Amino acid sequence: MLDLSQNYFALFGLPVAYELDEEQLGERYRALQQQLHPDRFSDASDQEKRLSLQASMRVNEAYQVLRDPLTRARYLLDLQTGEPMPENENTQDSAFLLEQMALREALAEAKDQPDPYSVVENVLQQLDHQEQDLLTQLPSRLESSDPRHQEEARELIRKLQFVRRCRTEAEQLEAELDAFG
Amino acid sequence: MALLQISEPGRAPAPHQHRLAAGIDLGTTNSLVATVRSGQAKVLPDAEGNYLLPSVVRYAPEGIIVGQAAREAAVEDPLNTIASVKRLMGRGVEDLKHLGSQLPYAFVDADTPVPRIRTRLGAVSAVEVSAEILRVLARRAKEALGGALDGVVITVPAYFDEAQRQATKDAARLAGLRVLRLINEPTAAAVAYGLDRAAEGVHAIYDLGGGTFDISILRLRRGVFEVMATGGDSSLGGDDLDRAIAAWMLKQAGLEQDLDPASLRRLLRDARRLKEGLTEAEALPWEIRLPDGRQFQGTLDREMLHQLVDPLISKTLSACRRTLRDAGVSPDQIQAVVLVGGSTRMPWIRTRVGEFFGKEPLVDLDPDQVVAIGAARQADVLVGNRSEEDLLLLDVIPLSLGLETMGGLVERIIPRNTTIPVARAQEFTTFKDGQTAMRIHVVQGERDLVKDCRSLAHFTLRGIPPMVAGAARILVTFAVDADGLLQVTAVEKHSGVKAQVEVKPSYGLTDREIESMLRDSLDHAQEDLHLRRLREQQVEAQRTLEALRSALAKDGDQLLDDQERNRIRAAMAQLEQQLQSASDAQTLQAATEALEKTCAFYVERRMNQSIQQAMAGRKLEELGRDL
Repeated sequence: MLDLSQNYFALFGLPVAYELDEEQLGERYRALQQQLHPDRFSDASDQEKRLSLQASMRVNEAYQVLRDPLTRARYLLDLQTGEPMPENENTQDSAFLLEQMALREALAEAKDQPDPYSVVENVLQQLDHQEQDLLTQLPSRLESSDPRHQEEARELIRKLQFVRRCRTEAEQLEAELDAFG
Repeated sequence: MALLQISEPGRAPAPHQHRLAAGIDLGTTNSLVATVRSGQAKVLPDAEGNYLLPSVVRYAPEGIIVGQAAREAAVEDPLNTIASVKRLMGRGVEDLKHLGSQLPYAFVDADTPVPRIRTRLGAVSAVEVSAEILRVLARRAKEALGGALDGVVITVPAYFDEAQRQATKDAARLAGLRVLRLINEPTAAAVAYGLDRAAEGVHAIYDLGGGTFDISILRLRRGVFEVMATGGDSSLGGDDLDRAIAAWMLKQAGLEQDLDPASLRRLLRDARRLKEGLTEAEALPWEIRLPDGRQFQGTLDREMLHQLVDPLISKTLSACRRTLRDAGVSPDQIQAVVLVGGSTRMPWIRTRVGEFFGKEPLVDLDPDQVVAIGAARQADVLVGNRSEEDLLLLDVIPLSLGLETMGGLVERIIPRNTTIPVARAQEFTTFKDGQTAMRIHVVQGERDLVKDCRSLAHFTLRGIPPMVAGAARILVTFAVDADGLLQVTAVEKHSGVKAQVEVKPSYGLTDREIESMLRDSLDHAQEDLHLRRLREQQVEAQRTLEALRSALAKDGDQLLDDQERNRIRAAMAQLEQQLQSASDAQTLQAATEALEKTCAFYVERRMNQSIQQAMAGRKLEELGRDL
């Protein structure tokens, strides 16, 4: 049987680890799609089409998850602990939350500022810094199976998700400025 | 073609009959058709040697006229001459309120979801007008290739939503064409460029056509074209540049904005000529007739032209900035910028795009032809004429897909720029005690409120066993296949009750409407639908048999034991017999499916082997790279 149930790392023939060779991941992703993609079966039977569709979807999903350091970390942690991290958990770190609130307030008021674009740009830059900072802390926490480290990793992931959400808001605001400005 | 072709790179599969396919660029202003012959993609000219077919349809007293002759009549017969119909594709009556004042047609005031234009030959929808254009192109291809087309690839703006895509497919069906795939215009352009120069790396495709703007970021790697992000504006194009110039002309002459259709057409034509003329000239004179019969004379120079079009260009560059960010690349990581679409001939646009990306854009391929050429390449692959370069397109969904939740909010299930095919699931629950049904509203767009997004479909999951609020577990799955077709499924996990819908936009044409149009159209009057289905099914059956035969020849001995092989052979013989005797499509379809079921295990074994070989090959190559 076609083993689509193996974990995402195994699907690409990669070791189960946070650090990965992105170049290699991309190469193997493209090699797999060259074989599996439904376009390779445009002339085949319906059954083969279904199988290829299924396999291609799985490979796309796996690539999507592994390519992004945040989703990769989350996926790895889920593999290590054997249970998925709850979806909408938030960090309780009040210093971090205050920082985030200030950024969101800046965004909320951006439209009334003389140069709303520079406000958004500024917020995006700060979010970038925060993200980089959080990401550099991840690898060491993900290397061990120590539950304390795992909890620390989980906390970093929660914060990263928070930063990403704020980034989406900032980008949306910018799109609105473009559309109506 | 064989079952799960396991072909070594560079070696073509067993030769079979060459199938006829074409790529069609169905543009706002002009349309083209291209095809691949002896490995070369070429745009096909008409009898006079013209490549471009103006996308203009005139409903003349003597019949339907398409192309240059229709365009020339636009000023004298504006209400019966339909131009830029692409702007109306997939648009509802509601959308017209935004576009209406720009379109000099008489719309039928009837209670139909699809707007219809009144002409002297009856009311027509945008789909029907587009079908006329497609018919002319198909005929051109048929004459050049010496046979009917087996399939076509039609290009659409990347930013087209589901309704606009569906309308395009409907038009093709109406023209009697089999659509292999709709592909995005900028992607098609990238294919043409990439294959032309064996380019590698990240490319930006800036595509400003007559009525739409698209920006796409693609990674080209050994024949794989990976779309990283696309963005744009499906109602911003060269036409808008013309309108900006026309508005300025009116203002200069001290005239009101609302003109009669003929004057509006003349004004827009003059504006377009000024825009095009200023590519060569520094300044050009123009004139307009005043109500008192005198002529107002003015001059437009380049500097003024730049001022007039700058706001629109800036809008396109904002979209570029956002799309680059979606792709996760900065302008300096872009290897090359490719310009597509007639509007990019304007030198000022080239200058500003060049400044934005910090490099000179590529313009050596004809911006009018490049899209059709890329489409022809992909059509050739999809119709089964596998080329040696093993071209593969990995496309994305252009707009986020989601569903309506409490309070008219959108829950995004698949974000924009996700690579297809893709399936994503999310769990929802009931919010009332004893709730037995759940309505699911599928929407497309980036905004948070349902009312700001485009509604794609509604359906209801019924038969949920009564439970307390929050106890039901309803898994909603969105699946988008490689054609970009969305299917939404909802399952209640305790009871297994299920409902699903294949998404067709709420106000597209229904299948019934299309069938009746098909029957009405002269080309198909004689064609018996029943017979046509049977023939299609016969082709499908033969394809399945042919695929199995070549698979067995290749690795049947290796992957199957005697007993398994005999079982498959027996099932094949049965289908062969049905192929001779069956007189209706259903029987033959059932027999084909029975054979596929029997061979399921074999197909899977071959798929597995194919993957293992792909991985093994890759590892070897990587090893080679390290050494």
